[in-house]
Parts: sequence; C-alpha cells; structure tokens
Amino acid sequence: MRINRDRAGSLVTHALLIFFALLAVAPILVIVVNSFKTTPGIFGQPFALPNAETFSLGGYERVFTRGQFVTNYGNSLIVTVGATVATLVLATLAAFALTEYKVRFAPLVGGFFVLGIMLPIRLGTVPIIKTMISWQLMDTLVALVLVYTAMSLPLAIALLMTYFKAVPAAVKEAARIDGAGELRTLSITLPMVRPGLAAVASVTMLPIWNDLWFPLILAPSKENQTVTLGVQQFVGQFLNDYPALLGALTLGAVPLIVLFVVFSRQFIQGLSAGIGK
Amino acid sequence: MNRAHYRYFLVFTLPALAVYVVFAALPLVNSIWYSLYDTDSGVARFVGLENYVYLFTNPTTSERFWNALTNNLEFFAIHLVVEVPLGLLLAALLTSGRLRRSTGLYRTLLFIPTTLSVVIVGFVWRLIINPLWGLVDFPLLGDERTALPTISLMSVWQYVGIPMIFLYAALLAVPNDVLEAARVEGSGAWSTFWRVKFPLIAPQFGLIAILTYIWTFNGFDLVFALNGSAPGPNYSTDILGTLFYRTFFGSSGQLSDLDLGATVASVIFLIILVVTAAYFGLLHRRLRSYEL
Repeated sequence: MRINRDRAGSLVTHALLIFFALLAVAPILVIVVNSFKTTPGIFGQPFALPNAETFSLGGYERVFTRGQFVTNYGNSLIVTVGATVATLVLATLAAFALTEYKVRFAPLVGGFFVLGIMLPIRLGTVPIIKTMISWQLMDTLVALVLVYTAMSLPLAIALLMTYFKAVPAAVKEAARIDGAGELRTLSITLPMVRPGLAAVASVTMLPIWNDLWFPLILAPSKENQTVTLGVQQFVGQFLNDYPALLGALTLGAVPLIVLFVVFSRQFIQGLSAGIGK
Repeated sequence: MNRAHYRYFLVFTLPALAVYVVFAALPLVNSIWYSLYDTDSGVARFVGLENYVYLFTNPTTSERFWNALTNNLEFFAIHLVVEVPLGLLLAALLTSGRLRRSTGLYRTLLFIPTTLSVVIVGFVWRLIINPLWGLVDFPLLGDERTALPTISLMSVWQYVGIPMIFLYAALLAVPNDVLEAARVEGSGAWSTFWRVKFPLIAPQFGLIAILTYIWTFNGFDLVFALNGSAPGPNYSTDILGTLFYRTFFGSSGQLSDLDLGATVASVIFLIILVVTAAYFGLLHRRLRSYEL
C-alpha cells in the first residue's frame, strides 16, 4: 500500500516535470528543426522533422553569405571573453583585499560593491554615453567591455568573498613566512577558490552575451555589432526568408546553450550563492 | 604592519573600484545631476526641476509616462503572480525526494530558456502564436488588451528558472533531520512540504519579489525585440525601459532628448529605490527585533 502510493507519487512527479521540461525545450527545438527545412516545409508541416523533400541547408548558406555572422560572432567573443577576464582579475584582487585586510573602511567598501548587485546600471546610460563620447570610445567594443565589467563586478566580488573567507588563514601565514609577497600569497590561495572563479565566469558570461541594450547604444555600427544585436537586425531585414532567420537564431543560441549545459552546476551555484544570500 | 595593510587594501581594490565607480555608480548619480540641466542649446544651463515639470505637465510626455508606468506595474504583477508560484512548484518537484539521478537533467532543461537571448524568445513565441501556424486563432500580440499579458507570459516562460533556482537552493538547505522527524511522525509529502519546508524557505519570497520588481522595472529587451521602441499596438506594451530608450535615443516621430532621458531615468531610479529601500528597511527592522 505504502509502496504503491510512493510509486504513484513518483510517477506524477516525473509526469509533471516532463511536461514542464517539454514546455521549456520544445519551442527551441521547433526553431532548430525548422532551420533545416525549406520555406514550404516550414509552413506546410511546422512540427514535423525534415524529410528528403523538405530538408535544406539553404538558410544557413544565406546567413553566411548575406549577414555578417562571422564578424558578429567575433565581436561577441571579444566582448564576452574580455569583460569576463577583466571581471575575474579585478574581482579576485578586490575580494581578496576585502576579506584579508581588516582595515577600518573595508566593510564600507564591501557594502558599496554589493549594493551594485541590485543597482539598475542601465539607468545611467545617458552619462555613460557622454563619457564614451568624450573618451572617443563611442561605437567601440572597448566601451562594451568597460561597461560590462563594471556591471559584473558587484556579483563577482560578493561571490568570491564567500570563497576567500573559507581559505584557512594558516595557508596564507605559511606563504608569508616563506617570504611570499602579498600578490604571491594571493596566487597561492587561487587553486582553493577555483570553484568560485568558475561560478563567477559562468554567471558573468551569460547576461553579457545576451544583452541587447548596450550593443544597441554603445556599439551599433555593422562592424561592431554583437551576435544578439546582429540577429535582432537580421530578423528585421530578412522578414520573409524564414530558413535564414531560423538558421541565424539557432547559430546565436547554440553556443550559450552548450556552454550552459556543460557548466550548469557552476552557474546555478553562482546564482544561488551570489544573490540568494 | 597596519599601515602596510591599508596600502595593500588600496592597491588591490582600486582597479575594481575605479571601473565600478566610473561606469556604474557615478553614471547613476550623474543622471540625476543631468536631469537638472538643459543642454539643448549646446551650453549646459541649470534649470532646476524644469525637466520634471515638463515631463509631468506636457500632455504627450505625461500621458506616455503614466501609460508606461501602469503597463510596467502590470508586467511586474504578472511575473509575481505566475512566475513565483510556478518556480515554487518546479523547485518543490525537483526536491520532492522522488527523483534519483534525473534531478540534474530536469533542472538543466528547465533552466535552458533563461540562457536564451530575448531575440530568440520573442521570435519563437511570435512564430508559435502566429495565426498562420494555427495553434492560436486570435492575434494575441495585435490586440491592445492581450498584447501586454502575452509578452509578460513569454518573459515568465524565459525567466521562471530564476525563482526556481533560488527556491531549489533554499529547499536543499532544509536540514535532513528535520525532514526525518516529520517522516517519523507520519507526515505525508504534502503536509511536510507546507508545514515544514515552506516556512523555512519563506524568507526567500521577499527577496525574489524585490528582485522581480527591480528586474521588471528595468525591463526593455523583450518588448523591444518584439515591438521596437514605440511598442504597440497603440503603446499598449510600452514600459518604462522602452519609454526611457525612446526619450534619449529618439524614434520615428520623436526627437532624441538627452536631458529628458536623464529625467526619465531618474524617475525610474526613484521608483525602484523607494520600494527597495522600504523593503530592506522593513526587513532590517524585523531582523533587529528578532535579535532583541
């Protein structure tokens, strides 16, 4: 009796989760599957797999010949990797200092950083535009890297502080007794905070890759567009070429989905430990 | 030694502090500063609250502002009412103890929409609800009454993973011996959830609500991706983010106005700040009274 009830409960749990998982993934699959079909195939049987008659790679061909996909990809990579590396380096230094040196205003500086997790940075766009104009950084990828680094630092620092706090003091003391400078001491603790670095990297990358606001405003020209903005414009230009559109959307989404599936543990850890606490 | 500590502290925090102040903190403050100036003539002239008076008394700008604010409240309310309970249900299912190795797979699949860009989310849903494909006969995005709820639900579809993960982490943190005690007392899964687990994770809801508030009042991307910078039909999906963008960037039929843009940004900032400060003030007071 008890076992039967347990089995029924577990069946219901699985059924519900499968339903919601399908709801989450099916729309994406519709895009991916249809990107391999001809236009009549897309509108004739939108929910069927491609067959010999409807299969076509023409959409992808046109994405590469008519769009600037390669450039867009390169830009997204430069901006995302650049801002993520900058965030990791600056946040590591700051988080180490904030947990290591018990100076009087350390909590104040720490609080000032943590406040930024909640600050809607976008509302400072008008002054950011003026700064970028006067520094002649308007319509450059550098502008994006700078803004995204500033935007990512608060969460990164808050996260890394929780990891640095867990490093035993004895490790650092031993390093110093051996004559290590402060930077060397920091680098000795790095392997111990590696999960934190992975968590920071994964929560930093995602919103940067997907952002539409700052690319639209700070780097809108064709040669500086990121993938997200590029796809958005592509959607506007190729309204009737559905295979190409779906191909562009697939190419824009796949790298991040793959990255997320590989690093989902670090990502989820970073999200819940950084904001949830 | 102590002096050396100050030096190291400064050297190590300064790079992060500089980038954060110049490109995040200062622009927010400067936005308020700029909203007190008129630069249309090329020279900055201090005008006090004139920009605010204009925003709220000029019939067009004030109508657009109140419309965007009302829409934004609805956008937020739909997120709160649909996304949070759904996130709770998913988190409860994931931690029900009835799954074995499949937990990670479900969790990853359920979170995938959150990793997509809004461009894809907007496009795929527009395609699915396209009357041409026959799933829905009614032009959901073309009708003033249904357009905003439709976009809100698309956004809920994308972001339900976030409350799910927060609540999931909180549910995992419920101590095992508490659950064991409930089981020994013969408590079923349903009553264990509501009488043991739920009260323990309840504090998370306040945080989720306030984060949802901040994020929805900072929203822009999905509405812009679907409907552009003058989101129709007839501005029925215009929210504060798109209004802000249109004001400082300009759009068809509207000139770009940086001062008024800064003014709109400051008003949005105030709307977010007041509620957030009130929330944390209240929370802080309650925490203090627990300590006493």
